[in-house]
Amino acid sequence: MSSHASYEFSNPVVRWIDSRLPVFSLMKAQAMDFPTPRNLNYWWTFGGIAATMLVIQLITGIVLVMHFTPHVDLAFDSVEKIMRDVNYGWLLRWLHANGAAFFFLAVYIHIFRGLYYGSYKAPREILWMIGVIILIAMMATAFMGYVLPWGQMSYWAAVVITNLFSAIPVVGETIVQWLWGGFSVDNPTLQRFFSLHYLLPFVLAALVFLHIWALHVPGNNNPDGIDVKSEQDTLPFHPYYTMKDLFAILVFLLVYLAFVFYSPWYMGHAINFVKANPLVTPAHIVPEWYFLPQYAMLRAVPDKLGGVIVMFASLIILFFLPWLDRSKVRSLRYRPVTRIFFWLFAITCVVLGIAGAQPAEGVWLLVARIATIYYFAYFLVILPLLGKLEKPKPMPASITEAVMQKH
Amino acid sequence: MSSTTTQDVSRRDFLYIATGTVGAVGTALAAWPFIDQMNPDASVLALASTEFDMAPLQEGQGVTVMWRGKPVFIRHRTKKEIEDATKVPLAELKDPIARNANLPPDAPATDENRVKDANGKANPKYLVQIGICTHLGCVPLGEAGPFNAWFCPCHGSVYDTSGRIRSGPAPRNLDIPPFKYVSDTKIVIG
Ligand code: HEM
Ligand code: FES
Repeated sequence: MSSHASYEFSNPVVRWIDSRLPVFSLMKAQAMDFPTPRNLNYWWTFGGIAATMLVIQLITGIVLVMHFTPHVDLAFDSVEKIMRDVNYGWLLRWLHANGAAFFFLAVYIHIFRGLYYGSYKAPREILWMIGVIILIAMMATAFMGYVLPWGQMSYWAAVVITNLFSAIPVVGETIVQWLWGGFSVDNPTLQRFFSLHYLLPFVLAALVFLHIWALHVPGNNNPDGIDVKSEQDTLPFHPYYTMKDLFAILVFLLVYLAFVFYSPWYMGHAINFVKANPLVTPAHIVPEWYFLPQYAMLRAVPDKLGGVIVMFASLIILFFLPWLDRSKVRSLRYRPVTRIFFWLFAITCVVLGIAGAQPAEGVWLLVARIATIYYFAYFLVILPLLGKLEKPKPMPASITEAVMQKH
Repeated sequence: MSSTTTQDVSRRDFLYIATGTVGAVGTALAAWPFIDQMNPDASVLALASTEFDMAPLQEGQGVTVMWRGKPVFIRHRTKKEIEDATKVPLAELKDPIARNANLPPDAPATDENRVKDANGKANPKYLVQIGICTHLGCVPLGEAGPFNAWFCPCHGSVYDTSGRIRSGPAPRNLDIPPFKYVSDTKIVIG
């Protein structure tokens, strides 16, 4: 969005507005004519899918608030009222609850796309780091949203997650009481979580704007990871990628809606239909699936502070990835050795997810420990070493050449 | 304007820095109320104390009462439980500190120290402790785990019959709340 090329619009009203506030020029330059590599595959559609999910969360969330009461005595019942009495309330709630899960699904795929094709490398480091901030803000949002229905799992998720901060030496307890607004998770906690759950998605929207801004300076990476050399290598964003993205969004929404309509609680936990009880912890507490890998890492370490550090480090390390991977070659298409370790890494993340859902004992604890070690080794040992040792495959001279070779 | 002397420049610099400093300090001070509003408020701090009479508790029976919104475990321990707890050498404990709010912060975690009230009075039969796992805050299950005492289902912390951490991720023994005996069986917590 560096310069607004002024277009001559034929519609006089549009022209009048555009010469005073160049929104139409901006849209045309950034969302329509924007030169986009011609070789993008379907993994590139998940950014647009994630943005769509954010919009769905905003809309369903705002209308849910019209019926939700943030109070320990009323929250659970107001959600049940949404389910039974409010017109289409069940639909709104299931869209929102499953929407969060599918939002994470889209964002996780989007991140792995970036890992595979080296989209975090120069000149896209800031773009990548904003993405990591988005991931963390999303996690905070989803966690606080999950607390709102005030079921058993909501309550105990709030207890366990806020207690993570009690691991901080000296000031930990003070911080936790500050987060709670009391000596336990209670009404003040619920009310502030509600306030922040409303706020954070709008912060996310602003971050997404920055993310796209940072994208539009260097332009898209692509499956071959080579820079655009000439106009021949690109296509205008509209209609080529608007339509491709739209098609992918529709297919994704189809799967999402299949869950909403036919199995809305498939990913949930029945115990959350029991109202919060501060005296009884459910026998088996687990977070939603999208937090399971991090949860597995937390429990893999037999020490409280250590577990918390490892868990947060698993996210923070992503900020440093652009400098940990020393290879100049972006796409793993041309890095056959790294590719093997990448797939091992992807499997490791899934295994961590599975381990996180099991009670932390026996083999699963061992599996989680090995997987945690590999998770960190991938970033701290494997990528830095392979950047030096691996001999990449020969690269095509241009995107056009890469496309032509295939056909 | 063109004839700015050195003196003028330094005076201007001074005003510039002074204004900036006042602005920065003022902003920092103004932020405090917005941070502090999240701390426990007056109604939460005006914590009522909880009274409880343990006389009706049979040997081997426990109850959970609420204090400051937290569960407090009160248990009438069996002879065997007391014996198990007293015979453990301190060296075997993961956390060698009593964690009893009624004792100095470095009191050793003997079973005797785990049952003392604010006046040093104790009845080893009765164990009063905050029922919150010192790992991440779940409520441990009673009469469960390897010691048939307390076991936290969340991440597998094991406590003995004195409420002391023996294995698992929890760093500390279960906390003993401030309390005192007002009769042989009646206590006030808080
Ligand atoms: C980043 C976007 C968002 C995510 C990931 C998210 C996530 C969640 C989750 C996981 C729940 C619990 C669902 C359940 O189990 O019932 C929830 C509940 C809720 N959210 Fe959101 N949310 C988002 C945006 C919003 C927005 C923008 C609002 C309001 C402006 C909102 C309002 C609510 C309300 C009122 C509830 C409680 C009702 C219910 O449980 O369905 N959310 N949210
Ligand atoms: S909260 Fe008890 S073991 Fe984690």
